[in-house]
Amino acid sequence: MSLLSQCLQNQWLSSFSLEPRPQESQLLRYLSPVLAIVLTLLSGALIFLWQGQDPLIGLHTFFISPISDSYGLAELGVKAAPMLLCAIGLAICYRANIWNIGAEGQLLMGALVGAWAALQVMDSGSRFSLTFALLAGSFAGLLWALIPAVLRNHFNTNEILTTIMLNYVALNLLLWAVHGPLKDPNGFNFPESALFNDSVTLPIILEDTRLHLGLMFGLLAMVAAWVLLSRTFIGFQLKVIGMDASAGRFAGYKEKKLVYFALLICGALAGLAGVSEVTGPIGQLVPSISPGYGYAAIIVAFLGRLHPVGITLASLLMALVYMGGEMGQIDLGLPLAIGSLFQGMLLFYLLACDVLIGYRVRIKKTVAATAAMPASEGA
Amino acid sequence: MASPEPSRIRCQGITKTYPAVVANDNVCLDIKAGEIHALLGENGAGKSTLMKILYGVTRPDTGQIWWDGKPVTIPSPAKARELGIGMVFQHFSLFETLTVTENIALGLPAKEARNLKQLARRIQQVSEYYGMPVDPDRYVHTLSTGERQRIEIIRCLLQNIRLLILDEPTSVLTPQEVERLFHSLRQLADEGCSILFISHKLHEVQTLCHQATVLRHGTVSGDCDPRTTSTQDMASMMVGSQTTLGQSYPKVQSSEPLLTLQNLVAQREDPFGTDLKDISLTVNKGEILGIAGVAGNGQQELLKLLSGERLSSGEMIHYQNNKLDRLNPAARRKLGMAVVPEERLGRGAVPEMGLNENGLLTGFLEGLLNRGMLRRKAIDNFAERVIDEFTVKTPSVNAQAHSLSGGNLQKFIIGREILQNPKLLVCASPTWGVDVGAANTIHKALIALRDSGAAIIVISEDLDELFQISDRIGALCEGELSPIKPVTGLNLEQVGSWMAGVFNETESQPRSKEQQQELALS
Repeated sequence: MSLLSQCLQNQWLSSFSLEPRPQESQLLRYLSPVLAIVLTLLSGALIFLWQGQDPLIGLHTFFISPISDSYGLAELGVKAAPMLLCAIGLAICYRANIWNIGAEGQLLMGALVGAWAALQVMDSGSRFSLTFALLAGSFAGLLWALIPAVLRNHFNTNEILTTIMLNYVALNLLLWAVHGPLKDPNGFNFPESALFNDSVTLPIILEDTRLHLGLMFGLLAMVAAWVLLSRTFIGFQLKVIGMDASAGRFAGYKEKKLVYFALLICGALAGLAGVSEVTGPIGQLVPSISPGYGYAAIIVAFLGRLHPVGITLASLLMALVYMGGEMGQIDLGLPLAIGSLFQGMLLFYLLACDVLIGYRVRIKKTVAATAAMPASEGA
Repeated sequence: MASPEPSRIRCQGITKTYPAVVANDNVCLDIKAGEIHALLGENGAGKSTLMKILYGVTRPDTGQIWWDGKPVTIPSPAKARELGIGMVFQHFSLFETLTVTENIALGLPAKEARNLKQLARRIQQVSEYYGMPVDPDRYVHTLSTGERQRIEIIRCLLQNIRLLILDEPTSVLTPQEVERLFHSLRQLADEGCSILFISHKLHEVQTLCHQATVLRHGTVSGDCDPRTTSTQDMASMMVGSQTTLGQSYPKVQSSEPLLTLQNLVAQREDPFGTDLKDISLTVNKGEILGIAGVAGNGQQELLKLLSGERLSSGEMIHYQNNKLDRLNPAARRKLGMAVVPEERLGRGAVPEMGLNENGLLTGFLEGLLNRGMLRRKAIDNFAERVIDEFTVKTPSVNAQAHSLSGGNLQKFIIGREILQNPKLLVCASPTWGVDVGAANTIHKALIALRDSGAAIIVISEDLDELFQISDRIGALCEGELSPIKPVTGLNLEQVGSWMAGVFNETESQPRSKEQQQELALS
């Protein structure tokens, strides 16, 4: 019996195996996200079937109808902007092997402090009110990222844990602020700030839509990050400490400074994303600023191969998943969680497909080998 | 073969193809009972693949193996052990936090491993019988490398061993320890156990082995009796040309100090490291200072203090008119220092980066940057210069560092440092695991750098190499530095006893007795 199971196990294990490639496959590095998307769509179709929906209609509702008109396309940009900003910052961190999971918290702090600043200056009539609010928000995100940077550099703390915990602290600070000091005194006790006036509202860049200047910030950040990562020595040093910290130390790169650099940039970009949300499409401080943009940006960063251009495309896809989730709820009565399910599947499949960059699947013919074994033992 | 008694192991037509290379191509090997058989070859010649096939780690694509004259397949190491094949890898697989007995028990079948007391007795008996004493109750982290190797060998001896495979076993031993190991191996062979001995060191093969098989580019390039074949001939079978082996270089004397260590002390950084005790030395312009010693006697600590990866407190490191103690590696580079670390992949080079980017890694002061922006052309050119001048075999400057063979990568790293025209080069194990051809290139480059007026410190375990290229030699033992003497007039035995911690000739008798006692106790 045990012999039989062992045989079966051997057969199974030896019929498929992963074999390291001599060189990493560049083709699969870029094909892997595509493969992950295809697998996600296939699994999505199965989920629709299981939910009693026609999979084709389901997929159409999720991925085609949200962007079938120009308003939908503009909404795509509205949703992609915050994720793009966060994911660009995260990619800089991840290149350097700094596992910042805290874009969400940095975004919320940017929104909170940015909204506070906006409320302070919006009636001043100054031309710089909006700039002030944006700077305040970015700076708040930067300071929020400074905490895990200091903890990592000087107390050897794991930044994954500290950034996750700080996300919850930020969320609760936001809730406290909208229920307390920043609550609109004329707002019938709703947990919301006063509505911002035009002096602290981001200009719309496409008429009759909600598409605002935030997307431009994202695109600028994309170009800047591209230059930083591929053309500058700092970007090179970030890559070196990410791939091989001991080589970086050997070469004399200042690891602590690089950690500060990456985390603070990411914090500022996430903070900018947050303040752009409140001064852009939302127009006031509310408890639900972000439907998890900071977390989704992690998926976006990896789906985009930590490359600024890839990230731009990935942020559009992720925005589509958000819109599809809402559309599925409205049109098909499916739970909103389906959208999150798609996000999760995407990351899961991507990580699985990434194995193929360094390894190839080998299917062996085991019949001959297993037949030879007893013969050799008998001999 | 024609002999009436079948060979212990014989393989024929062994071929193993990996995605990029043919590692073994129609390889034949024949080892008689009680024979010590050498397997020679450059890095990447296919020695490891053949060993792994014999030990059942990898399976050949084609080919047949006969064990005592009967055809067998060896699908797994377990099957190999069942047949009586034991293997000692170059890198030991021991748990440092477990005792000798516990480590050995882990590799044994459950029923033999259950009674640890009985096992400890057996370990003691076997180890003493073969002249390799170890204390079964000692924790592995308290043992020297030589003692750890003994555990690996004893682990094999505990089973009914009939073929012992040793992968470069002497690279981690002092000359005295090598002698002791050879004694044990000869005893084992006399009892009928066959031994497959893999080494780069030709004179060791000459003194120990009865037969040698030489591999080159995956095929057998020759068989010989090493006792009657000159090292020159064996080397040319390995590298395929008349490579000058052990070429001697003129020794120089110089007295213009460049770097001085004054009573350098440093605590170990990790519990298994070594404290450096009161190290003083001077290296002069235009000379090579060799620092011998068995690995783990403070070499790593010394190298990190010299490179600046670790900073020292006080004023212990003087370089020209600068005090280096608090300067980081980049600042030291600016002063004209360069370092080649012992780890090629993972410190000397980033494995996944191309050679061009690995050139930039430490070559960033060579005009490869323009106000913080990368000059891609200059970066490629720098790497190309290294590749050309040091004959690095690589498809392109974009090839990832880990895709190069050890020798080629080492040539690249040393070339990268030398082309920066350092005033002081600190080099750890410059030719460790590197083939004869590459070693020659590296030695010549070091000598040329010396002759151009630079000071060089070579930290190496390879005494032959140190004698060949150094002008003065000292040795590290347990964090202490021996006297440093000119190579001319120095003999191997003297350095050997320094490596064992005997620094004072007059004192050498009592100290060595003490050590013998210690060995007997352990």
